[in-house]
Amino acid sequence: MASPGWPWEGSETMINAAAALPEILLVLFAMAALLFAVFGGKDEAAPSVLWASAAALAAAALFVGAGGRGTREAFHGAFVDDGYARFAKVTILLSAAAILVIGRRHMERLGILKFEYPILITLAAVGMMMMVSAGDLMALYMGLELQSLALYVVASIDRDSTRSTEAGLKYFVLGALSSGLLLYGASLVYGYAGTTLFSGILRAAGDGASIGLVFGLVFISVGLAFKVSAAPFHMWTPDVYEGAPTPVTAFFATAPKVAAMVLFGRVLWDAFGGVSGDWTQIVAFLSVVSMFLGAVAAIGQRDIKRLMAYSSISHMGFALIGLAAGTEEGARAMLIYMVVYVVMNIGVFAFILSMEREGEPVTDIGALNNYSKGEPLKGLALLVLMFSLAGVPPFVGFFAKLYVLSAAVGAGMAWLALAGAVASVIAAYYYLRIVYFMYFGEEGAPLDRTMTPANWIALLACAGAMAAGVVNLFGIEALAASAAAALVD
Amino acid sequence: MDNTLSLVTFLPLIGALTLALFLRGDDAYARRNAKRVALTTTAATFAVSLLILVRFDPTDTGFQFVEEAEWLGGFTYKMGVDGISILFVMLTTFLMPLVIAGAWEVEHRVKDYMIAFLVLETLMIGVFCALDLILFYLFFEAGLIPMFLIIGIWGGANRIYAAFKFFLYTFLGSVLMLVAMIFMYAEAGTTDIPTLMNHPFGTEDFDILGIHVSGGVQTLLWLAFFASFAVKMPMWPVHTWLPDAHVQAPTAGSVVLAAILLKMGGYGFLRFSLPMFPVGSEVMGPFVLWLSAIAVVYTSLVALAQEDMKKLIAYSSVAHMGFVTMGIFSVNQQGLDGAIFQMLSHGFISGALFLCVGVIYDRMHTREIEAYGGLVNRMPAYAAVFMLFTMANVGLPGTSGFVGEFLTLMGVFQVNTLIAVVAATGVILSAAYALWLYRRVVLGDLIKESLKSITDMTPRERAVFAPLVVMTILLGVYPALVTDIVGPSVSALVERVETARADVDGVARLALGGE
Repeated sequence: MASPGWPWEGSETMINAAAALPEILLVLFAMAALLFAVFGGKDEAAPSVLWASAAALAAAALFVGAGGRGTREAFHGAFVDDGYARFAKVTILLSAAAILVIGRRHMERLGILKFEYPILITLAAVGMMMMVSAGDLMALYMGLELQSLALYVVASIDRDSTRSTEAGLKYFVLGALSSGLLLYGASLVYGYAGTTLFSGILRAAGDGASIGLVFGLVFISVGLAFKVSAAPFHMWTPDVYEGAPTPVTAFFATAPKVAAMVLFGRVLWDAFGGVSGDWTQIVAFLSVVSMFLGAVAAIGQRDIKRLMAYSSISHMGFALIGLAAGTEEGARAMLIYMVVYVVMNIGVFAFILSMEREGEPVTDIGALNNYSKGEPLKGLALLVLMFSLAGVPPFVGFFAKLYVLSAAVGAGMAWLALAGAVASVIAAYYYLRIVYFMYFGEEGAPLDRTMTPANWIALLACAGAMAAGVVNLFGIEALAASAAAALVD
Repeated sequence: MDNTLSLVTFLPLIGALTLALFLRGDDAYARRNAKRVALTTTAATFAVSLLILVRFDPTDTGFQFVEEAEWLGGFTYKMGVDGISILFVMLTTFLMPLVIAGAWEVEHRVKDYMIAFLVLETLMIGVFCALDLILFYLFFEAGLIPMFLIIGIWGGANRIYAAFKFFLYTFLGSVLMLVAMIFMYAEAGTTDIPTLMNHPFGTEDFDILGIHVSGGVQTLLWLAFFASFAVKMPMWPVHTWLPDAHVQAPTAGSVVLAAILLKMGGYGFLRFSLPMFPVGSEVMGPFVLWLSAIAVVYTSLVALAQEDMKKLIAYSSVAHMGFVTMGIFSVNQQGLDGAIFQMLSHGFISGALFLCVGVIYDRMHTREIEAYGGLVNRMPAYAAVFMLFTMANVGLPGTSGFVGEFLTLMGVFQVNTLIAVVAATGVILSAAYALWLYRRVVLGDLIKESLKSITDMTPRERAVFAPLVVMTILLGVYPALVTDIVGPSVSALVERVETARADVDGVARLALGGE
């Protein structure tokens, strides 16, 4: 903070709450919005709360992105505000804002645009910001639970739909299990390191972690693998994606994935950076299994939400390659991958959210039959996104894969890169299948041609970014590099 | 800095964008405009590429017209041509206007069709000009997208199977190459192709999963590139995507596929496999020579049994590409000259043959050989053109097909006589299937009722064939046109490969002396 007037700044107590100012302001906003909606029009106020939340999230992103240089610690090191966290926060906040906007009409159409929805999303975003800034196991768990509790509720926000409720319940039960595992791991680590601070754990682990610490590390990794939906801890993903209302699915596919992946990186480096030999193998295993499972299991899917669920599992596998490399280059590659992944998913979900036939949402990919004939521009945009997801050049999805594969080879894990390359060929099949329906399909009942301006813009902007990014990736390479440097130092 | 190469490369893309952004509607008027824009663009591209050819200095064996600009971290946007690549650029720009003109009768989604071909042209030229590994890969891979759509949207009855097979087959080959490229980047610290050509990649033998790899890293990298180029080429036994893709693709797609896309494999061998992994090529050379010889004989025999004209020509393409790989991996002046010559000549001949099939397919809507016979009675001009290209395909002296086959066989003969003998029998077989095809389709009496009203070639079709006829004969009687340009670069390449191999032998001897 440039302004010197804050009373708590520079105080001896090391509270230094200024570092957490964006989070504090967002929470205050969420409380105010809640009060406003409760005493105002209840669900009639929902659209305005939604727009206000999106604006608040975007403003917070701007605030985080523009302000702050270097590394600051708050709450005695439990909260770290560094370049790595800021990079993730901007991604999380912007994607949350975008999802709120593109999902609005769909929620209205289903009659579930309740005022709690945008507020819960905002609170989940705050939880994610806490996660990526965590410098302590307690802070980690607090952020994780703030996020998860909000997500459990939004998953079942369509409470009259059994599928949505089922999705919420499933997510809750399995999420609680994973939180339990994580807590167990955290307590083991605390027991053996004598501290919950990451910096303390790093010191305690030194060059060779004791068996107890390694056990704790494994349990924490399992808990986090569940959150990023890496195989073999992915089982909840397809069901929750399919059952939850589509805007919620879109949200699950973007911001929480970034938060969990970045947190994973944070824990591995900040707390266990000295013993990377102990965890690269674990992460590499998660990565390979996720890539192949995601690639193979999606082949048979006809429901586009389930398909995107498996697709996200596969993509998380690729992002994990970056972590598995255990190098600064790898962390950079993971950050780039997550940003590209989020942009592609926002574009695809902007499209999925407006897939309707005679006013009813459809999710069967067969409904895309011959879509490009009636809607050449939107068809082309989706084509670009699909090839980008498949990692075919010249689209940006290719460069995202190039960076992670390059990180793996640079770290002497050429076999991992080879596995990733083969998995990407398998995965290409189902992305091509969507193109096939759009371009080569038989004439069928066409989809409605309506699309809200927001979704149209999101779809075209994301596709355009994936095509135009070939020039210089919009400079995120340098940003990710400095963010990764902040983490690895 | 001279930007001519970028201009040639991206001019078609500009044409495609113009079509995409400014052309509205789908009436007859819009369709005609789309074709005109595409034809003008490709013709302009050819004109600009002629400027490059005129200013090209064949005696300089380095890269010319080099452009370099900063790109994403570690990679550069670097373009340039040498004696090997310039002719492939010319082949592409020369054929594209003919391809567009040959597709004049298309009526289904014309605008998209033209956009796809223009984008494809940009990517093909880019492949031959790129001097950065990642840039090369980008052009190389991206070409799959328009081709996938061309086969899938405008193809025949079984087009979807063919499109998927084409895409996934070639994609699998290419990603292995990508991993190898990343490895090279990690090893040499650069993706600059001219630098990498002089980078000595490791040749120490080692064991991997219990398999002894002689030639070490070079052999592994060579194999990864081979996976990509052999599929693209295509070499037996990974050629099976080609007949499917050819048969299902529309005529223009088949022409581009056979005449240009297949050459990317051969070009890749010349640009990457030989200069960068000379020892790897030495280790695997005999293997490739044998595969090529088998390809020549086996696919010629398969071609004999075909009942579909396009499939027959597709198999004949595989056989002819066998000569190319054979010439390349004999690594001597004649072999390499011949391989490049064969690729260029095959570009004209196979393109023309597919256009020949297209001519009668447009009239009768069948590619079955059985459905034809005696066409000479009503289509004398067609019969003459078809005969010329059949003879060129067989390798009749006086046509360009002869020079390529002769030179490659001469190159191989110096390396391995037996392989040359086996491959030479392929020439006989190629005469058998090509002449038999010609007899069944063109000669004889016109007895089929449906053919009674068939018409000869239109002026437009004659105009399309004329340049191809000229080039085929011109190169046949005056091959120096090509070899003068290619020769110096090829001899530099041969020299470089031999020096690199000699160096490595020296290292091996030293190690032995130390024991």
